[in-house]
Amino acid sequence: MPTTDRHIIRRGLGILKMSIRLQPKAFSAGLAGSALYAGMTVAEAFVLGRVTDEVIVPAIRRGSITTAALVAAVAAIMAVALLKAIGIIGRRAGAFLMQYRLQADFRRRVTEQYQKLSMEWHRGHSTGSLLSNANSDVEAMFWLIAPLPLSCGVLFMVLITFVLLIATDPILTVIGVLLIPTIATLSHFYNRRAEALAMRAQEMRAQVSGVAHESFDGALVVKTLGLEEEETERFAERSEELRDELIGLGSVRAIFDPILEALPNIAVIGILVAGTFRIDSGDLTTGELVQFAYLFTQLAFPIRAVGWILGDMPRAVIGWDRVKRILSATDELSYGEASLNGSGKPAQVDVRKVSYSYEDDEDDNVIHDVDFDVRPGRTIALVGPTGSGKSTITDLLVRLADPHDGMINIDDADLRGLRRGVLPANIAIVFQESFLFDDTVRGNITLGAEDGEAEVREAAQLAQADAFVSKLPQGYDTIVGERGTTLSGGQRQRVALARALVRRPRLLIMDDATSSVDPTVEQAILRGLQAAALPSTVVIVAYRRATIALADEVLFLNRGTIEARGTHEELARSNAAYFRLVSAYDGPQEVSV
Amino acid sequence: MSVAEEQIERHAPQGAWRTLVRGLQLSPEFRKGLGWTLLLAVVSTAGTVVVPIAIQQTIDQGLLSDEGPDFVVVTSRAVLAVVAILATAVAGFGMHRRLVRATESALSNLRVRAFKHIHDLSVLHHATEHRGAFVSRVTADVDTISQFMEWSGIGVVIMSGQLLLATAVMFFYSWELTLVVIGCFVPLVFVLRFFQTRLSRLYDAVRGRVAEMLTAVSESVMGAQVIKGYGVEERANAKVKGTIDRYALSAYRAGRTSAIMFSTGGLFSAAATSAVVVVGVNMGIGGSMTTGRLVAFLFLVSLFVAPVQVLTEVLDQAQNAISGWRKILSVLDTAPDVADPAGGGSVSDIPPGPISVRFEEVAFRYPTGPVILDRLDVAIEAQSRVAIVGETGSGKTTFAKLLTRLMDPSSGRVLVNGVPLDAVPFEQLRRRVVMVPQDGFLFDASLAANVRRGRALLSDEDIRIAFGELGLSDWLDALPQGLESRVGERGEMLSVGERQLVALARAYVANPDLLLLDEATSAVDPATEVRLQRALEGLTRGRTTIAIAHRLSTAEAADEVLVFDRGVIVQRGPHHELAEEQESVYASLHRSWMSQSRRVEVDGRL
Repeated sequence: MPTTDRHIIRRGLGILKMSIRLQPKAFSAGLAGSALYAGMTVAEAFVLGRVTDEVIVPAIRRGSITTAALVAAVAAIMAVALLKAIGIIGRRAGAFLMQYRLQADFRRRVTEQYQKLSMEWHRGHSTGSLLSNANSDVEAMFWLIAPLPLSCGVLFMVLITFVLLIATDPILTVIGVLLIPTIATLSHFYNRRAEALAMRAQEMRAQVSGVAHESFDGALVVKTLGLEEEETERFAERSEELRDELIGLGSVRAIFDPILEALPNIAVIGILVAGTFRIDSGDLTTGELVQFAYLFTQLAFPIRAVGWILGDMPRAVIGWDRVKRILSATDELSYGEASLNGSGKPAQVDVRKVSYSYEDDEDDNVIHDVDFDVRPGRTIALVGPTGSGKSTITDLLVRLADPHDGMINIDDADLRGLRRGVLPANIAIVFQESFLFDDTVRGNITLGAEDGEAEVREAAQLAQADAFVSKLPQGYDTIVGERGTTLSGGQRQRVALARALVRRPRLLIMDDATSSVDPTVEQAILRGLQAAALPSTVVIVAYRRATIALADEVLFLNRGTIEARGTHEELARSNAAYFRLVSAYDGPQEVSV
Repeated sequence: MSVAEEQIERHAPQGAWRTLVRGLQLSPEFRKGLGWTLLLAVVSTAGTVVVPIAIQQTIDQGLLSDEGPDFVVVTSRAVLAVVAILATAVAGFGMHRRLVRATESALSNLRVRAFKHIHDLSVLHHATEHRGAFVSRVTADVDTISQFMEWSGIGVVIMSGQLLLATAVMFFYSWELTLVVIGCFVPLVFVLRFFQTRLSRLYDAVRGRVAEMLTAVSESVMGAQVIKGYGVEERANAKVKGTIDRYALSAYRAGRTSAIMFSTGGLFSAAATSAVVVVGVNMGIGGSMTTGRLVAFLFLVSLFVAPVQVLTEVLDQAQNAISGWRKILSVLDTAPDVADPAGGGSVSDIPPGPISVRFEEVAFRYPTGPVILDRLDVAIEAQSRVAIVGETGSGKTTFAKLLTRLMDPSSGRVLVNGVPLDAVPFEQLRRRVVMVPQDGFLFDASLAANVRRGRALLSDEDIRIAFGELGLSDWLDALPQGLESRVGERGEMLSVGERQLVALARAYVANPDLLLLDEATSAVDPATEVRLQRALEGLTRGRTTIAIAHRLSTAEAADEVLVFDRGVIVQRGPHHELAEEQESVYASLHRSWMSQSRRVEVDGRL
């Protein structure tokens, strides 16, 4: 973490340099506008000085004026104002264009990176914080783009001012020279104070948003357990922490801003005093004095833009740090170059001594030394108590994560050696929790693939979804709402199943994929699957016997290891724990008290 | 669910001014000590008129006085001016600080208030959509107000003060020229109003686009598992990219319009300056105007412009802030459709002891949707164990939501122990009637902390005992970190079934008099489910239990089964009776269940 002002400014300038490199055209437009604006601001002071010397002073002294002189004065004033207005539009439009394009560019990079990073990485990062990275951190990063062209214009303005000062009077030049370094020094002092505060405020902002996100996400639980007060308390705590950070940050700015504003005014007074002496000694005219006094008052506003940029640098640098943490996260799965042949034919699966744990905890394996194979076209069932590692195995099979030990092969090819996209083209999984996108039913089934109407309907029929989908207001074109909210749990599950089936995968994985559907519907689904003669090897996580009965073989998992393997009949005979699990429903008379 | 959306959007958008006034009224913190803040603001603006006055004095008293420059006068006045400028800087510091404090305190409270209110709206749990939008109500929308109040708000205060002071000084120098200047700036007001209405629309669009973008990003993050599993990253990215680009475009459009608006101030200022030169010179020739005063006027005109310019710019942020306020107000203005009677009205307590339930002629339908429940009449005795079965969409979950008052019926009443449900204070209702939903949502905290939600006094030992009573000690002991295991966001570090176990334990320790399980064990393995069921029954004979289930094992064990079909109860009675009613809904459900879950191949063994 950088701690010095120099660091902040150097890195802040780095962001600016990168921004200019990425958006040269928008920047040039803004810069051109700003240069015009700066030139015209100086010209304005110059015109007023000339008008004072050549129109006002002589006219009032002589008691007469020509119309031509007045017309010339008005024309000069208006022309300069018009050009300045054009400059302002160019400067601001250019700045906005640059700022929003950069924001959009980095939001795309960040969100694309989210899709590249592994599920393990995702588990360690809350949705709220990821939203905050894509939204407010990117915004903070480019906050200082808006005043950038203006600031460049100010530098130009200062330059012209110095040239004019040097050409006019050395004493006035000294005052100008004193003003600029003072502002620079103050900015340094400010940056040091503000950096830590800005960083914490930004983190607090993310936390506030994280709590809100989680709490709204769990609204049903909050409601049913009457946790509203407790949740509000939790949110209020974070919100108050954010408030305190922001007050701290604002107080630092409260010191910096008035001083920056006062400095040019004090400089103008200095110019008046010095100017009086210089005029008396004949080195300066009244008009020139008016010109510089006016110029310094006009500098007061834009020169603060430099202050804004310097002031926003800590925030921008921190935003950039947080964005960079996402962009440089290396927890992506790596891909090889291999591909799979044998399209249309069931796949062979080999799981070799696979272990996996969350967070690299060697002693805390979720699954341990799991070893099995599935020959093409066979169906195996993973059966085991809650928490025995079944879903972890299915996640590894579709490569949501890689095993920490051992390896998984499909058709003798290590999953890790396959080219990106090869695996999804061959495998489809129905997750235990069906996630639907805010899209049409069709879109949720095809996920953008070019499946024909017939294929979609066929898959939906097999998943027992066609009947209810056809009754929806727009049929397959009905939008299902965020996370499929307009459908019931069982309906969502059936759409998710159709999504897998339409792909005619060579390996089909179903992770308790019918847990939310009625027994009647489930039966229809299972019968359909049996009759459909899919070109698939099937791995199925199940509890119910009818589902297990579909399997050629059963793997019985307990506490992360395969405890027994065989047909259902063999296991039911030889393994008491297995028998207890699958026959739990058999004795209602035992169950009742 | 568009119903929910309509519920919030129904409020007609209010005018900008009205929204602003109401927004400020929302937060009394803004007003507290406002007098001092304004006083400091007036003092702090005085600095700006010091410069033109000093110029006039220097020119008239110093440079152009008949005796030649008087250095003592010039120097002493300069010292005075510097002192005045420093004093105003100190006042500026005080004002900034006060304003930041007042604003951030006010907005923190507003954030919390909106947060609480959103939880009170049933929209939130009815429709999972637009949650991203709700998050932005309590974050991004409040932030826009913060920017306005702290930066533009200061701007408004300072600039208004500056405007007034500049006008006062101008009047002192020459009322004729002052009128000329004011006359030049009047048309600007109309120009600004024109832009203001356009900008208002543009910024509303921007806010809508932000919410759209946040929703899309959060979908892509929450659906990461499916996106990866199906290798459809490109499609997900394209969707998100679309919303990002649309947001950027709408923001740019608003920015471009504001740039044009901002540029107009200078033109009017130039017109005023020209008029001052023409009129002032003629007045000077007539002897009613000194050079110093005329030059001071040129400076004062620019003091006049700056506030108008800044106020113009403030309009930008004011528009933003007003959109923000409007969105927050539209949430706060939405009265909770299911209101807590504790807030007023007649309140009744549920008589102590186990809870009986009665539905009288209860019907439910969404305003624009079909009838979900049709004039339902049913009584459930205290201490009974009732199972509810039926096809998807038969009204089971609606029944549960009405019973827990997540919704109110369209007509009819729900009574618990003879007391109308809508007269029971929420605090009491949520303590005595607890539902365990299918989605075992957990908070990103330790397992113990999750069970302890709402019951802060529970010790680890209490929680361990609760798991033991539910027959889950084995499972708990197998977790390496036990009660301290972190469950991850939404509980994602646990399996779906494990999440349900924790959710069940959480409801169990709440010790309600009526426990309602809505598919609460759908992902739990059969052996564990049966064990749980047994535990719940054995230990809860004092309480009423209602279980909605697809697995008919639950129904088999219940005292009574309610069979729902298309919004009405078609069968009711103990399992064995219902199963024997030929051709009935229940009999067919039961046949499917039997064929699926038992005695398929190992029949002989039993």
